[in-house]
Amino acid sequence: MRKSIISVGIAALVSASSFAQVGSPFIHDPSTIMESNGKYYTFGTGVNGLMSEDGWTWQSGAIRPHSGAAPDAIKIGDRYLVGFSSTGGGLGGGHAGQILTMWNKTLDPSDPDFAYTDPVVVAESNIDEDCDAIDIGLFLDPVTGRLWCTYGTYFGEIRMCELDPATGARKADAVDIPIAIDCEASDMIYNDGWYYLLGTHGTCCDGTNSTYNIVCGRSRSVNGPFLDNVGRDMLRGGGKMVVPAEPRRVGAGHFGREVLEAGVEKVSFHWEADFDLSGRSTLAIRPLLWRNGWPYAGEILADGKYSIISERRGFALEMAVEFVRLGGGMRGWFMRGEEATVSIADQTLADVEKDWPEGDVAVRCIDNMFRPNQQWTIEAVPEAGGYLGGPYVKIVIAGTDRALTATADKEVITSSFTGASEQLWRIEQLTDGTWRIMPKSVPGCNEPLALVSVADSTPTLARFDFNSDNSKWHFTALR
Amino acid sequence: MKRIFFGVLLLFAITFTSSGQAPRQAGVIPGRTPVSPTLEDYFIPSSDEAVSPDADGFITRWLLLEPIPKANGSNTVFTDSYVRENLTAIYNPMLEKKFPKDGDKVKLSVDVTPQAPAFLMPGQEAPKIEKKIEKRTLRWHALDSKRFNVKLFRFAAGLKLDVYGVIFWGCTIIDCPEEIKDVRLSAGTNAASMWWIDGEEVLLMQSDRRMVQDDCMSSRLTLKKGRNVIWFSVINGPGMSDMCVRFIDEQGKPVTNFTVNTK
Repeated sequence: MRKSIISVGIAALVSASSFAQVGSPFIHDPSTIMESNGKYYTFGTGVNGLMSEDGWTWQSGAIRPHSGAAPDAIKIGDRYLVGFSSTGGGLGGGHAGQILTMWNKTLDPSDPDFAYTDPVVVAESNIDEDCDAIDIGLFLDPVTGRLWCTYGTYFGEIRMCELDPATGARKADAVDIPIAIDCEASDMIYNDGWYYLLGTHGTCCDGTNSTYNIVCGRSRSVNGPFLDNVGRDMLRGGGKMVVPAEPRRVGAGHFGREVLEAGVEKVSFHWEADFDLSGRSTLAIRPLLWRNGWPYAGEILADGKYSIISERRGFALEMAVEFVRLGGGMRGWFMRGEEATVSIADQTLADVEKDWPEGDVAVRCIDNMFRPNQQWTIEAVPEAGGYLGGPYVKIVIAGTDRALTATADKEVITSSFTGASEQLWRIEQLTDGTWRIMPKSVPGCNEPLALVSVADSTPTLARFDFNSDNSKWHFTALR
Repeated sequence: MKRIFFGVLLLFAITFTSSGQAPRQAGVIPGRTPVSPTLEDYFIPSSDEAVSPDADGFITRWLLLEPIPKANGSNTVFTDSYVRENLTAIYNPMLEKKFPKDGDKVKLSVDVTPQAPAFLMPGQEAPKIEKKIEKRTLRWHALDSKRFNVKLFRFAAGLKLDVYGVIFWGCTIIDCPEEIKDVRLSAGTNAASMWWIDGEEVLLMQSDRRMVQDDCMSSRLTLKKGRNVIWFSVINGPGMSDMCVRFIDEQGKPVTNFTVNTK
């Protein structure tokens, strides 16, 4: 009994680490994550912020002076523009606020060039107008090169104004344009001809009862109107859901988008409360997906047992062993009248494992028959660290230690799991909802490779290409 | 990050002032004129002539009662039962069975006891709060909103009355030239609210809500030929109270073939 309790406890820890950034990822109102000198940085309300070497394990270490609330950051050229707000005190207080920006050549405090410029005010609100200048979002329009700043909270309007991308200061002729109401933590992104305005609705700062959630509208014009999926203007409260709560994590707020490469995007935000981390406010990173022209948060693959299916042909990845016919026989589509309907047992590992070869075994793809050599257990390896938004995992034939392994000749086999980096995998959801599977390393190879279907039945390791279904996979959860 | 409790606000205020934040200077952006909104920026007095709903069907003419104090340090208490009990417990004008008119006054005993802080800082003692009841005389105002929505916060602020921790009441009359079947009352409110037509409850909107167009709708109902009396009540703690309402037909189109008056 005691052993069982310990096992459950370990399982809970592993589960928790699969969905939440690890280390000390505690932050509120995180800025868009920036990479600087190979490390990741995000700032929050109050001074400073979090830093990560790998994008998965976070600690304090980001430095931002001047305190203030809800910052944002953007890289323009070779410099970082960091914005933040000073505020009058919230919904029950005054609403005189100011939005400020400042530059730094690096976000790495150990870099000799690390030095912030003096902040300049770029937007403001007086104590009782229909706006509270807080919660800056910075957006560099990729079409025009113009720099915009959105700001505001539940107290009245979200507004935007233009900044000078060379100085970070407000343009002399800038006007403040209302673009939404009744939300906060705004941000803007551009995708495929559309400008998207992100905002956070719901209740902030109520711990495990926080209903914070991230919504968006879109427009063909950078200044709106931003309409949701049913045509409602965000100036009338509209918004399509982008990041809702998920089991044991609630209160998604303060959107940030990170584009890693074509087809690989992340959304960063905070959970108001992570039930597995004392209900504290924590940094969260999920894949950012697009469906019918709308963004939404994807998943971190949960630990579990799966079929791994190629997007190319729909074949299942399997350890290449001699197949054993499934039970049940050929019954046809008819039944004899006197026969009762029965359930046919699955083929089990014990039924077939004894005939499997020892040692390394090749891997291939073929029709998915849910045979034991086609069933993979995927599980985070906490000591292996991770990457931006996910932990490294091991992929083993269910019930065994036969692990999917990258080889020096850029192929894949199964071999006994040792924890070596060629047996650790990065599995992340792509913008179209399919998945990319990459080894942490390939022996003797410095280039990043992914699991690719070079033929319907032949997986290999090759460069990832988002425009090819050869590079994509999906997972079917198994009992 | 502003939908927060007073206690958290206090925490932030301490954080900002204790960490070297440069003091704010008001009006530092050249050419930007600070504004101080007035009641007239949002409302005009209702005229004698009936008006139509706006092009999107929103009803903008209302009799509004000055806000009733109801201390709430946060909006997270607005459960169904809380809303139902509290919106009618202090005052229910429908019980008077008389439609008010501009300038009518209501005398009430209201609980103005300050709300206990939702959070206490480490080491902070809970303040001693004494119950405080006051007599208040509240007045009805006949107003037309200049916008599609009715900015109740600006109504209260414009009259220099309580804006946070309040209950609003309002009513209007729609005159239908003919019976209109299978329509729904469609509302958005900040925060929770209840709605009645001819004394019958048609909608309750619980929870800490923002005003969103077409957030909630009633079941299908019939607007009878002639006068239909609409009542609403909105409750809010901290936050910018407002509401918008219209009728939507079976095709999802706004209903506009009626007139609105408060007499």
